[in-house]
Amino acid sequence: METTVDNNLITRPENILGRVITSAKIRDAVKGIKRIQRSHRQIKAENVFRKTIILVALAMVVLVMGILLTLILQSVLSVKATGIGYLWGKTWDPVRDIFGAYPFILGTILTSFLALFISIPFSFAVAIFLGEYYPKGWLPNLLKNTVELIAAVPSVIYGFWGLAVLVPIVRVFETKIGVQPIGLGIFTSSLILAVMIIPYAASLGQSMIKMVPSNLKEAAYSLGATRWEVIRSVILPYTKSGLFAGILLSLGRALGETMAVTMVIGNTSLIPKSIFAPGNTMASVIANEFTEADHPVYLSALIELGLVLFLVTVVINMIGKRLTKQFTI
Amino acid sequence: MKIGNKLALAAIAIVVSGGLMLTGCNGGGSGSGSKSDTTDNTILGAGATFPNPLYSKMFSEYNKINGLKVNYQSIGSGGGIQQLTSMTVDFGASDAPMNGKQDSAIKAPVVHIPATAGAVVISYNLPDVKDTLNFTPDVVAGIFLGDIKKWNDPKIAEINKGVKLPSIDIQVSHRSDGSGTTNIFTTYLCKVNKDWETKVGKGSAVNWPVGLGGKGNEGVAGGVKQTPGGIGYVELAYACQNNMSYGKLKNKAGNFILPSISSVTAAANIEIPADGKVSLTNTDAPDGYPISGLSWILVYKEQKYNDRSLDKVTKMLKLVQWMTHEGQQYSGALNYAPLSAKAVAVGDAILKSVTYDGKPVLQ
Repeated sequence: METTVDNNLITRPENILGRVITSAKIRDAVKGIKRIQRSHRQIKAENVFRKTIILVALAMVVLVMGILLTLILQSVLSVKATGIGYLWGKTWDPVRDIFGAYPFILGTILTSFLALFISIPFSFAVAIFLGEYYPKGWLPNLLKNTVELIAAVPSVIYGFWGLAVLVPIVRVFETKIGVQPIGLGIFTSSLILAVMIIPYAASLGQSMIKMVPSNLKEAAYSLGATRWEVIRSVILPYTKSGLFAGILLSLGRALGETMAVTMVIGNTSLIPKSIFAPGNTMASVIANEFTEADHPVYLSALIELGLVLFLVTVVINMIGKRLTKQFTI
Repeated sequence: MKIGNKLALAAIAIVVSGGLMLTGCNGGGSGSGSKSDTTDNTILGAGATFPNPLYSKMFSEYNKINGLKVNYQSIGSGGGIQQLTSMTVDFGASDAPMNGKQDSAIKAPVVHIPATAGAVVISYNLPDVKDTLNFTPDVVAGIFLGDIKKWNDPKIAEINKGVKLPSIDIQVSHRSDGSGTTNIFTTYLCKVNKDWETKVGKGSAVNWPVGLGGKGNEGVAGGVKQTPGGIGYVELAYACQNNMSYGKLKNKAGNFILPSISSVTAAANIEIPADGKVSLTNTDAPDGYPISGLSWILVYKEQKYNDRSLDKVTKMLKLVQWMTHEGQQYSGALNYAPLSAKAVAVGDAILKSVTYDGKPVLQ
């Protein structure tokens, strides 16, 4: 007989029946209670269920691997033509087949991180307000639903709103500070992205903060801590990893956002000279130029851009997970 | 789970994904060909977005006459040509003739039938200037290259005598997405300006030296309308429907022409080569607008492929013939230019050359 815990030991019919019969007979005799008997079919159903969920999980892995493989295979043509210089090439010229992704990588990272920095104070404020100060009540519920609604609005609508409302406001702001008043640019798209990614960190942060055990907080209060000191010294350190995971989620959303950014970023393939200058992001270039890419190297270069975006997202997620692990220690 | 099992599962995952992907790639070419034959009364087409409003109107009117359903997807000229290459559609539509790379990718010869014509206008936003501005080819190239930076530059002033031009910066707007409009515009600039040809070139998407990008005609129009001193290029139909102000352009014959439906039709009234592929930009016609372009319907020359029936081919060719004749009456209301007589004649000759199993279909 095996000594390891083996599922078969429990699910093989003869074993079940054997154990049930011997122990059941004695126990029934002692207590007079009827014992549940598992039929062969029910045990088989358990197995089928387990195998089905393993298969579904595997399908997810297959899907992501498939996407990565497709991206790699389709960009081979462009890699052969341009080489590794693609990553720091500064010109994107579809006429002469000179492709360099550096302005777009820069644009993506600039807009995403700037949006993250702008949104962090807001999402943390919402999370602490809803998690610690007013967890119950009609006003907090309204705030919670509104914040979740921000995530539900389609990104195209944010693009339109940005173009119609935010761009003129930014233009007025730019004339005041003496920069060329274009209105479109990295700054405007970072603002819109910041609004769009607030709900992710806020929701996750709020549930994390609610889960802080109240005995910890009460102990701090009993020692004379003020509300702010409790938040700073008890709640935030306890929920550090959860808050960081929320930030990572927001960053992931910002990196991949296409429609809202492409409408307000100005779409120039030149390196932005300041945050008020127009720029371009990888997702926006792919969305704009994919349907009309009329020669194979051009199409392959766009797919290679998609591969770079995929890899940038993977790298940032891995760094994030590493940092999260450090926080939980 | 033991390590050995985990490794085995991972290996299976990679092999399965690889296998699925390879079958998907192979199946794309051969497997989807049979889909074009779903019903004999539906024709599938895909391609340019520029003529989409006109084609939609034409197809719905033809349906009322004939009962034939046409399903047209406006995914862009490049997309239309790709779908025609993989034989998933019956006809494609493009704002530019197929280039060398697309020709080598396609397995059988394709004919181009001119279906409609349009123009690209130079639109600007100068609220204080009430007159229509004049432009010359060199001025337009200079503005879009970034050499001419202010509206009251002497080069602009000398062709607009008597107009008070403000001293504000010129803010250029161009297309951020690949488009036939950009293709027509840059082809024209290459023909008329050596500087543009060496520095930028022509194509559906180019490396613009200056300016902000907007998505679609709407993006460029928005950029122009929102910026005082803005300038951009949009399609004539779009500019007319949105009441944008656009300028006159000096053509090859030396006349300043205002873009309109009649000046576009005049631009197409030149000798059209027998294969239908001609660029109308910088036209020789004395009263033609210089930035005009044809839009073509593309079909295979030999129509017997993938189990297509003679009946379906005849229906499709009759549709295209109707589009170039009776269908042209719907162009004016939608701000498209009807084809010139010469273009229609060339189109007819090309249609008669389309064969099914070696025999011409239309007589």
